[in-house]
Amino acid sequence: MNNVSSAFIFIDALLIHNFVLSVFLGICPFIGVSNRFETASRMGIAVIFVMIVSSSLAYGINLVLLHFNAEYLRIIAYIVVIAAMVQLVEMFIKKTSPALFRALGIYLPLITTNCAVLGVAMLQTSRGYNFVQSFFFTLGSGLGFTLALIIMSGIRSKINLNDVPSIARGTAIVLLIAGVLSLAFMGFTGLGG
Amino acid sequence: MSTAHQHQPSPPASPPEAAGPPASETFLNGLWKENPVFVQVLGTCPTMAITNSVRNALAMSVAVIFVLVCSNALVSLVRKTTPKEVRIAVFILIIATFVTVVDYAVKAVSIPIYQAMGPFIALIVVNCIILARAEAFAYKNGVFRSILDGFGMGFGFSIALLFMGSIREILGAGTLLGYPLFGANYQPWVIFLLPSGGFFTFAFWLLIFAWWRERKDKRAKATRPEAGQLEAAPQ
Repeated sequence: MNNVSSAFIFIDALLIHNFVLSVFLGICPFIGVSNRFETASRMGIAVIFVMIVSSSLAYGINLVLLHFNAEYLRIIAYIVVIAAMVQLVEMFIKKTSPALFRALGIYLPLITTNCAVLGVAMLQTSRGYNFVQSFFFTLGSGLGFTLALIIMSGIRSKINLNDVPSIARGTAIVLLIAGVLSLAFMGFTGLGG
Repeated sequence: MSTAHQHQPSPPASPPEAAGPPASETFLNGLWKENPVFVQVLGTCPTMAITNSVRNALAMSVAVIFVLVCSNALVSLVRKTTPKEVRIAVFILIIATFVTVVDYAVKAVSIPIYQAMGPFIALIVVNCIILARAEAFAYKNGVFRSILDGFGMGFGFSIALLFMGSIREILGAGTLLGYPLFGANYQPWVIFLLPSGGFFTFAFWLLIFAWWRERKDKRAKATRPEAGQLEAAPQ
């Protein structure tokens, strides 16, 4: 796996294997915060930031754990790093933008339990990426997550004006649209060879 | 470990907070009325990612039930000694420990299943259902009830996974647990095995449940017109 070019890893994580639409990571915030463009884009930025910092730290931690033959601590160590990072971002956003803090609500602390963040850290470890590759992988996944969120928020703002059947309101219609989007993203398969 | 011994003697018949509903209700709640997937829409990622075959869905269910029951029990045991401020961190550490156990157990039992689940075994740590039950139930209830709740929610999750998995496998591959159902002429509906099939199947089940609930509400309204009008206010 180690001879794959960084550019391909980036495109792969961004479009071909989009985290939300084809690997099913980070569905909860995808359904929860995608109702407005503002919150969707800022949530995306917060997630990208947490992802990049935590996966770089995870890369270092993995080296340390391998050195001490303590790979069984990997899951625990990663989740602790992520939780600490989320705490930091939460304090930062609360200080700089209380309005955004309120808009993100419960979903901000829930970045900790966003599978996309832990998923990035675990996947780059199991695929054996080197540091540069894992950086581009993380960047691509984070941007892919944000892209899916923003596309969905655009569609949802249109849907709010439409007459959706009462049983499909809420989660069901979002899932149906996500299914169609996922089909559309399959068109990227084969991109970059 | 001293706390464990303090709580252990409490007999199942009279849990510490006996004022709540009967134990059977605690169990059944998770199965149907508060089904974690279809009603609370928690733990959606594994619900869609792992359910492309019934075998994977079963393996995932077993893993989640184990983690859920163990973490509920342990959280409930340490709840008196855990300060409120650090409880979430403690929960996550407890859950991560059990997930590590499952991770190695699955790897030891079956490598094909381990590979099919990919990163999703490790991602049980961040399955919202488990953290939600620790916070909402185990932190406030006795050990026995927490274990029951863990089983109830765990089986509720399994039911949801099986609902998803069987539809996707039957339509997408024409098989159930690997056995062919239709003749050799069946043209598999491959889209159900692809990611978009996961979204569509999940949406389908949510639609069915919403339709069923709406019909029930309408019936209730027909029998009690004045009460129904209040409930029928638009969301």
